[in-house]
Amino acid sequence: MQFTIEVGRFNPEGTYPENAVPGAPFPAPWDRSPARRYQTFMVDLPEHAVVLDALIAIREYQDQSLAVRCACRSAICGSCAMWINGHANLACKSRLSAFTQDGKTRVESPPSMPIIRDLVCDMKPFWDKHLAVKPWLQNKQPVPPPNEEYRVSNASMEELIQEVSCISCSACLMDCESFAVNPDFLGPQALAQAFRYAGDPRDAETKERLAEYSKPGGIWDCTHCYECVTQCPKGVAPLEQILKLRRMAVDAGFTNNAGTRHADAFAESVRDSGRLNELTLMPKSVGFFNIVEQIKTLPSAFNLIRAGKLPPLIHKAIPGINRIKTIFERVGGRFK
Amino acid sequence: MKVAFYPGCVSKGACPELYVSAKAIAEPLGLELKELTEAPCTGAGVLSEQNPQLADALNGLTLAMAESEGADLMTICSTCQGVLSNHNYHLKEDPERMERANATIGDQGYRYGGTTKVKHLLWMLFEDIGIDRVKAAIKRKLTGLKIAPFYGCYILRPEESLGLKERPERKTYLQQLIALVGAEPVEYRGSTKCCGFPMLTFNRDKALAMGGNHIMEAKDKGADLLVTPCPLCHLNLDGQQPDAGRVLKKDIGVPIFHLPQLLGLAFGMDPSELRLDHHVVSTKGALEKVELKV
Repeated sequence: MQFTIEVGRFNPEGTYPENAVPGAPFPAPWDRSPARRYQTFMVDLPEHAVVLDALIAIREYQDQSLAVRCACRSAICGSCAMWINGHANLACKSRLSAFTQDGKTRVESPPSMPIIRDLVCDMKPFWDKHLAVKPWLQNKQPVPPPNEEYRVSNASMEELIQEVSCISCSACLMDCESFAVNPDFLGPQALAQAFRYAGDPRDAETKERLAEYSKPGGIWDCTHCYECVTQCPKGVAPLEQILKLRRMAVDAGFTNNAGTRHADAFAESVRDSGRLNELTLMPKSVGFFNIVEQIKTLPSAFNLIRAGKLPPLIHKAIPGINRIKTIFERVGGRFK
Repeated sequence: MKVAFYPGCVSKGACPELYVSAKAIAEPLGLELKELTEAPCTGAGVLSEQNPQLADALNGLTLAMAESEGADLMTICSTCQGVLSNHNYHLKEDPERMERANATIGDQGYRYGGTTKVKHLLWMLFEDIGIDRVKAAIKRKLTGLKIAPFYGCYILRPEESLGLKERPERKTYLQQLIALVGAEPVEYRGSTKCCGFPMLTFNRDKALAMGGNHIMEAKDKGADLLVTPCPLCHLNLDGQQPDAGRVLKKDIGVPIFHLPQLLGLAFGMDPSELRLDHHVVSTKGALEKVELKV
């Protein structure tokens, strides 16, 4: 079966085959990588072939200068994550037949990451973030000599199975919306690993970890878009782990941040009126005494008022509010 | 067709134009709106994140209210859709979770039996009302307008609970609808991306840059306006657009329409009846292209 593959090419020497045409990455206004060229190849492969089969066939039989990073071909090593039709995927796990759009498949280095050559991106930002969360168990010092193995309950490990499945391919970071505008964001993979250790009963530094992860660039800088959940080839669901960390951090008392104030103001509003009070949510979340940030929101508030979009000044409760109050009381916890 | 109408907090708060326009298009579409006036806020994911049991009970109550109306629950907000779909999915999948939610709601007149379908107006147009009926209601073709769709994350992800695995066509309804009203859909990467609203209170400048980038991408592709089924996206993309322009140091100036406003225009309604004069970013230029005024 004939497949048409459009490959995004880049090399620092700036030398390209004649038929490689200039082009920008599939539109990405936040592109961090230099312009590349796109070269079209035709490959003849069985119907069940994957994108990586095509790239290897191109490198072996058509253009040996094509740089592509791969190893296991079995979705285990995580080497071949790249952009396929504008989203991060493992090339070895993506069937050509499913990824042919308008008669072709477009592969390129993800524009959110620095590029080294052709389909090989620089993974440095990824590993820097990974290391920043201290992805190892930390015992209290000095460690006493062990008399027997460290026993943990099955249930506590089941919570961590999902995160342990991570193969560090970076697909989640490549498509992360927050990372795209905020290079300092730790990102979905690192934070999923952060939960893997913070949630481990053998770790002695959970509280210190949560303090660290609650800082700017950490758990509260996730925009909750679910791209990482969609792109992860191993079902790690990083966003779900970030949300668990947020809960743990709040429970551990790390509440002096906009994220916690926002959640508290939100819950308070629903508890007392059954619905959201938009008028008070923003100032309460920013913090009443955070004058600089409060002032920043004023032009927008003024624009909304001018357009006649001011929420009702008297915030009325929904009929049947007692039901809602009863539910809050019954569940208990922080928002009671 | 009777639907249990869940307008959501924002359509009754900072986006009153959404509530008004949704009510206006109900009649031509043959929708009988039975508004769930006693249903609580979904928690917009914030409550689910901090207290899943609480969010299960609150959303279980809303689902039970729709169930007792004997009608599908209709949302007009991608975020409400996402949260209600998510809780509906998990309550149905996990009998223990359902039992706990019902026990929390307790003896207050409602018990959720797990039969409610949650559907955004956008889905209902194609799956329940039917495209023929929509076509028949169109009185004014919006030919000449280039419109960029902007879905909002929670009507697209996660795919399991939204039923997108079974119905992948739901990811194309906005484009189909834009073509149906005679306009040209703009293809751009940002259409399925995040508007930045969830981060607005935590990291304002980044949230503004995120939304602003997507609008600029659509603008560069020739879009006269964006249309969104999500009022939270609207709050960021329209309400904060002048600020986003300042952050990006760019003049943006692209109006953002709510889905029912676009439909209303195609149904021949007056722009002011749809409150297109109550936007932060003026809709004037886009409307002039189809010889309309606000």
